[in-house]
Amino acid sequence: MLGNMTLMEYLGGSREAVAHRPWPRYMLDERGWRDMIHQLAVSDWTLLGLWSDGTEVYVALRDDVGPTTATAVASLFCPDRRFPSLSAVRPSAIRLERALRDLYGLIPVGLTDERPWLDHGRWGMTAPLAMGRGPAPDAPYDYPVLPVEGENLHQIPVGPVHAGIIEPGHFRFTCAGETVVRLEERLGYTHKGIEGLIAGKTIAEAARLAGRISGDSTVAYALAFARAVEAATQAEAPPRAHWLRALMAELERVANHLGDIGGICNDAAFAYMLAQCGTLREQILRASDVCFGHRLMMDRVVPGGVTVDLTREGASTLRSLIADVTKRFKKLANLYDDLPSLQDRTTGTGVVQTALAHRFGVGGVVGRASSRAGDARKVPGYAPYEDLEFDIPVHAEGDVNARVWVRIEEVRASLGLIGQILEQMPGGPLHKPIPTRGGEGMALIEGFRGEILLWVRLSEVGRVVRCHARDPSWFQWPLLEACIEGNIVADFPLCNKSFNCSYSGTDL
Amino acid sequence: MSRLLRLIARDLLRGPRTIDAPPADADAVAQLVARLGERAQACLGRSLRIRVVDAGSCNGCELEIHAVCNPVYDIQRFGIDFVASPRHADVLLVTGPVTTNMAEALQRTYDAMPAPKWVVAMGDCGIDGGCFAGSYAVLNGVHAVIPVDLTIPGCPPSPEKLLAGLLALLDMTATGT
Repeated sequence: MLGNMTLMEYLGGSREAVAHRPWPRYMLDERGWRDMIHQLAVSDWTLLGLWSDGTEVYVALRDDVGPTTATAVASLFCPDRRFPSLSAVRPSAIRLERALRDLYGLIPVGLTDERPWLDHGRWGMTAPLAMGRGPAPDAPYDYPVLPVEGENLHQIPVGPVHAGIIEPGHFRFTCAGETVVRLEERLGYTHKGIEGLIAGKTIAEAARLAGRISGDSTVAYALAFARAVEAATQAEAPPRAHWLRALMAELERVANHLGDIGGICNDAAFAYMLAQCGTLREQILRASDVCFGHRLMMDRVVPGGVTVDLTREGASTLRSLIADVTKRFKKLANLYDDLPSLQDRTTGTGVVQTALAHRFGVGGVVGRASSRAGDARKVPGYAPYEDLEFDIPVHAEGDVNARVWVRIEEVRASLGLIGQILEQMPGGPLHKPIPTRGGEGMALIEGFRGEILLWVRLSEVGRVVRCHARDPSWFQWPLLEACIEGNIVADFPLCNKSFNCSYSGTDL
Repeated sequence: MSRLLRLIARDLLRGPRTIDAPPADADAVAQLVARLGERAQACLGRSLRIRVVDAGSCNGCELEIHAVCNPVYDIQRFGIDFVASPRHADVLLVTGPVTTNMAEALQRTYDAMPAPKWVVAMGDCGIDGGCFAGSYAVLNGVHAVIPVDLTIPGCPPSPEKLLAGLLALLDMTATGT
């Protein structure tokens, strides 16, 4: 069985689920699942996601070695509420399996980390999404951090309430003097139970929740949910809707990257860049408000299309916005390039080794700053990006500076995309009703942080049975722990901001 | 460096990008009159220090809190600023529906603040849980954990709304009405 096989050669012979779109789902038995784990050990397939609905576990994989790429889902029915863990062959599965165990009570056999992840012992129950919920724990759980041994080490606990205006999470630094020996994250503080809330909702209600999984990526999540629902029901949004979605998605990407570039420079004590980028970002949010009626464009992308059209005046507003932002951003990028004192802080700081980036299958800015060239807009690709020209910037250094440059180049690329979209956008209707039909659908969408996976199962009466969203941050957070090693504590804000992982997106 | 100086010189000549202040929110004033009454004291001297706690938001509200600090809204010109420690804060600005995992941290932050202190619940989900209400992991609003003096609705509230609400709070606490 082992050897040089493609993903489809390997899974293709298995029993296929009837209505899983657009990529197939293969139903494995336990032996098949174990064989797949062995095969994963000798292959480079990327783990895209791992989730459950309480009775089955699902793993999404991508084979992007060679000229063609393939995406597929494998699933395992777990009648005895256990499944063989993937954590030994894919470390990116560790936290996903811990989360899945907390929510559904399924036991990943072979997962060495026994500690709960999302469950802090404060829900008044255990396994909240299992068919039969578990009893409430007597008290909130203690969370033993991993032991660190050595002379003259000290710990610095930070959070969940941080000094700045950011989301809550706990960081435990173990340091030797100024130098960080190990960082361990404890997250889960913003767990809202979104998978549980979405189950049983109508598609419209669920879309609203999906758009609030991570507010800064609301367009990307709404798009992922819409495309997953459209895949499940074999519906297709009208052409103009695809273009308007891409327009909003690129505006969101530019706005967020501007915020991050300013924020990173500010954490290196260069406040001027924050002020300038903040002003540009504000211009984009105001234009979004004028054109689409919401600064963050929440609830504008829905299954079946979009809820709002771009008027002729709106298009001309955006054209002059893009011209102005392009001109001013060019000066700021040159300025960043021109300041050795700033680059002294960002260069060589927080290096993510390429080998580690590959092991975790990390995408987005973090991946592209460490030689991983993936972008869901290209592979697997979705409308209308096949009609648009844009480059995916890739750097190899893996440091904060590389992550700044990836963002700078992505801002330029997205501004170019917005211009092309405004020129080429076709006319026509904005929305087409979603047929009432059951099925399973999955979408892979490139948000500003990286690739979002969203999977949905719909009932015959058009309700959401189960919805799982995997934020790109799931695979980025562990690399933040790794990249700070050997850096000084004072550079943590810089490293952290250069990742800008989502807490809400991973806590769910 | 000369590039930086040129850019700064151009900005100085161009003048500020800051917009005029929005009027203090009338709804917020009414809410505060009912809530604060004589509790408000003329002791802040138009200076308000805010500690933010994200109690499980989607991070949309945080984006708009950052926005009121940008040069366009420039909240600091009103004497309002954000501080790192609850010990230094007059106001606790809370976002999110309050997750069960954040309730204790929120309570402890509130307890760490010196009196007099005010609590602002920002965003629809901070008011009553919003679209997250009813989850096993959510307490359906800030009021479930600590007393709330002012609510600023919206999903998320725009920077103007946030600014108007905070200006109302500043006016009320400064004049003692």
